[in-house]
Amino acid sequence: MSANEADQFERIVLPHLDAAYNLARWLAGNDHDAEDIAQEACVRAFRFIGGHRGGDARAWLLAIVRNTAFSWLKKNRPHAVVSIDDDELAQIEDQNVPAKATFSADKNALRAALEALQLEFREAIVLRELEGLSYKEIAEVAKVPVGTVMSRLARARRQLQKHFAQKEGES
Amino acid sequence: MNCAEIRLLLHAHADGELDAANSLELERHLKTCSACAAEKNSLQSLGAALRSGDLNFRAPDSLKKDLLQFVQDLNEEKKSRKNFKLQSLWKFLAFGATAFALLVIFLRPAGISAHDAFLNEVIASHVRSLQAEHLTDVVSSDQHTVKPWFDGKIDFAPDVKDFAAQGFPLVGGRLDYLDGRAVAALVYRHNKHFINVFVWPATDAMKPETEMRRGYAIINCATNGLHYCLVSDLNPTELGELAKLLGQ
Repeated sequence: MSANEADQFERIVLPHLDAAYNLARWLAGNDHDAEDIAQEACVRAFRFIGGHRGGDARAWLLAIVRNTAFSWLKKNRPHAVVSIDDDELAQIEDQNVPAKATFSADKNALRAALEALQLEFREAIVLRELEGLSYKEIAEVAKVPVGTVMSRLARARRQLQKHFAQKEGES
Repeated sequence: MNCAEIRLLLHAHADGELDAANSLELERHLKTCSACAAEKNSLQSLGAALRSGDLNFRAPDSLKKDLLQFVQDLNEEKKSRKNFKLQSLWKFLAFGATAFALLVIFLRPAGISAHDAFLNEVIASHVRSLQAEHLTDVVSSDQHTVKPWFDGKIDFAPDVKDFAAQGFPLVGGRLDYLDGRAVAALVYRHNKHFINVFVWPATDAMKPETEMRRGYAIINCATNGLHYCLVSDLNPTELGELAKLLGQ
């Protein structure tokens, strides 16, 4: 342990605390657990700080947050972690539901729609749309091939489209 | 490319991850397929909504505070650990130095230290005095004979007393040298044992200190400005009695 590591922590980890918390919060579903997960992830990040070899610090930290969150969820909410079948291709999914042409930036509605997604789909959307990570970065964070990232995003968006189409049908 | 393939590529295209060749083909398809074009628009709108929906959670201040505290604690822990290491180092060095000093004291050959050298000298002087006619230069049990004898031979006047009544008759006196200086040697006897009492001026009083060397008992004490060094093959307890008498 060195002052250097504490400095590195401040320089590499702390600037991305919001991103870390954001991912943790979207995966955990509530503030309290998200804070625990983010904090644990940051402490882990400190321990692994020597392993950070340049590159995008945010993606590096988010990968740690992701691991921490999934470990936490497997332990505390095993039912929430149901592996999705990535072999299933996006095009098999129902394409017949007419997609909405426009979506409003209604915060609560969007939040509810995202929360309704399965964990891996929600993760892919958060990393892509909210954090702006590239496919390659998402692949590293989620530890899946780039092709899987693309298919997860496609399926996630499809579900969101359906979600809003159903909401519209209800109202 | 069929529509199903196009639908998947639309995502990569919207995300700016599609290569130029596929992008061209996609654009060509969209011009002729209104369903796929509609899907493209839908996805664009969805993406825009998600990005502008203010959906990001921000880290609570408590988390920031905790982590800043964590860093601070780490720095302090490191500092204190460094201090601890430094302290340990000093302790280690101090212990090492002490151990070394003790080793030097205990392992050095007898007679090397000033005190040891002195004790050896005392014993040697005592032994020599017991050899042929060296014991006394002035033979007298009369303290009034012995004391004046020293006068003019040494620069102090030893207190000469006879303790015959207490079992320590005065045998005589002589001039001797100890530790590079002339000292008065008073000789007493206790039963068959001779006792040399070396006397020289002392600045500080000193309680009797008994030591054993090579079977000889040596007692050093100082009183009334005079240092007494008693040496004999007598047992230390009995020699201590004479030391007590001299100190009175």
